[in-house]
Amino acid sequence: MLHYIGRRLLQLIPVLLGMTFIVFMIIRAIPGDPAQVILGQQASEEAIKALRTNLGLDNPWYIQYFDYLKGLVTGDLGESLRTRTPVVDEVWPYLAATIELSLFAIIIAVIIGINAGIISAWFQNSWFDYTAMIIALIGVSMPIFWLGLMNQWIFSIELGILPTTGRENVRDPVDVITGFYVIDTLIAGDFDQLATVLKHLVLPGTALATIPMAIIARMTRSSMLEVMRSDYVRTARSKGLSMFWVVYKHALKNAIIPVLTIIGLQMGLLLGGAILTETIFGWPGIGRYIYEAIGFRDYPVIQSGILIVAFIFVMINLFVDLLYGLVDPRIKYD
Amino acid sequence: MAETVIKQDEAEMQKVAGPWKEAWRGFRKSKVAVVGMGIVIFFILLAIFGPLFTPQGINEQNLSQRLMPPSSTHWMGTDDFGRDILSRVVYGARISLWVGFLAVIGSVVVGSILGILAGYYGRWVDTIISRIFDIMLAFPSILLAIAVVSVLGPSLRNALIAIAIINVPNFGRLIRSKVLSIKEDEYIMSAKAIGMKDNRILVSHILPNSMAPVIVQGTLAIATAIIEAAALGFLGLGAQAPSPEWGKMLADSRSYLTNAPWTMIFPGVAIMLTVLGFNLMGDGLRDALDPRMKS
Repeated sequence: MLHYIGRRLLQLIPVLLGMTFIVFMIIRAIPGDPAQVILGQQASEEAIKALRTNLGLDNPWYIQYFDYLKGLVTGDLGESLRTRTPVVDEVWPYLAATIELSLFAIIIAVIIGINAGIISAWFQNSWFDYTAMIIALIGVSMPIFWLGLMNQWIFSIELGILPTTGRENVRDPVDVITGFYVIDTLIAGDFDQLATVLKHLVLPGTALATIPMAIIARMTRSSMLEVMRSDYVRTARSKGLSMFWVVYKHALKNAIIPVLTIIGLQMGLLLGGAILTETIFGWPGIGRYIYEAIGFRDYPVIQSGILIVAFIFVMINLFVDLLYGLVDPRIKYD
Repeated sequence: MAETVIKQDEAEMQKVAGPWKEAWRGFRKSKVAVVGMGIVIFFILLAIFGPLFTPQGINEQNLSQRLMPPSSTHWMGTDDFGRDILSRVVYGARISLWVGFLAVIGSVVVGSILGILAGYYGRWVDTIISRIFDIMLAFPSILLAIAVVSVLGPSLRNALIAIAIINVPNFGRLIRSKVLSIKEDEYIMSAKAIGMKDNRILVSHILPNSMAPVIVQGTLAIATAIIEAAALGFLGLGAQAPSPEWGKMLADSRSYLTNAPWTMIFPGVAIMLTVLGFNLMGDGLRDALDPRMKS
């Protein structure tokens, strides 16, 4: 197992290098003079020159790339052109907000998706099965940003039961300790604030959860159907074991592998989807951080934001890969 | 006598129906897939002929008719410039389908070339191409699209290029794996043995035999491409005003959610239905063309 982890980490190196190169190229590939494009047509010659020096654009590209890598290794993600603050110093609150939202969404997606899939497979061809699968089909085709707007319209504007935007009640801000507001309010023991934070999570969380939920439900159903036809399930049933145990203990364990892959993949897609959800719900996450940076042509922030999200995506995929072995002992690592 | 011969011929022809005919028969069996195809055909017809019948020009403003709810004159209401939403949604179909088809054709062509090269020639060619695919797939796709557009500048054309680029590795990998399995088939060996050139083997044998999964994946990819284009439009990185692109229309509707929700509802329904159509059709095609891929 350790050998396998080591090999997987080694394999990651070229991918990570390639990723950094693509991100590095974002500024360099801008047609024309990047410094001029960033500062606009009105910028003075001195300002352009200063920015060019600041970004290291005067050097040959391989030296620039080497410097960039050296910076990354030492934790230097560049400096925001807008706030003049190092990205590494200002990124955490945004990242924490996105992680909190994504975890909330994936938890909803996994709990509802897996159970809907199991029940659909258990009662195959029943009305529940048909309804769940039609909803799942529509869910897969739903543009997340439209769903977000619909949620906002129905639950905030028409029914007025959930907040439209933001992460907290601005008049009663959370005392930030970890950056994860659910945890922070729990540490503070302020349950009213916790309820407010959870209320703020519901709309963006469910919007973000819909597509993964639908995909997980479909995958679980087909995977369960396959397993339920196998001999050992029939044996377990004929031994008189209740259907509930057979399904949740025996069948699910074997059906979960493909579902796990999908969950891992979805977790990554969730990070991509977060940029849209965060824009709609004014959620101060990394997606919004990147989105606002695009508006200000703040390229160091765009670069680092994309790199951070891609890095997390790769790590999640690695983690899911390693998780297989724990869930399914038949998978050997050699 | 003659009639019996003809009937016999027909029966035989049916027996040896080609793989495409057989696939069509399989596809027709799935009602859901046929519904999906119906939706797709509807939107294609709408995109081609719809703009000829719309009640109003797409950019025809009528400020006295601002934000009017759906009525008999404006079936889907009007937006903040008094433009008819129905006319804009209909024209939007042309933009979305155009982007969806072109982007996917672009990624299929480039992905096929790279996939075939990697699969057929193997060794360092394969290593380099496959690593590039790995790196591209290491990014969540919408993020890579945003990166591309932030370099090229926001426009519908650049959004299309970005979507085509991000989908290349999906097709490349698919073709590569197909080529790897076909390459060892006996008929390819025989073609090589009789001295057929690599180019001809690739173009007339390997390419046509790798097409089934590409058609399936392509149909599903059009659905994704349409959503991605709308997402970029929504973020202001795709189509620009006054284009009636669905994502852009949704972005514009955000300011009027309280008093004119119809400006948001109809473009969204259009995106969802089109994407649903392609997804259903893609699922049906997968079951018909490649039963092994059935989930």
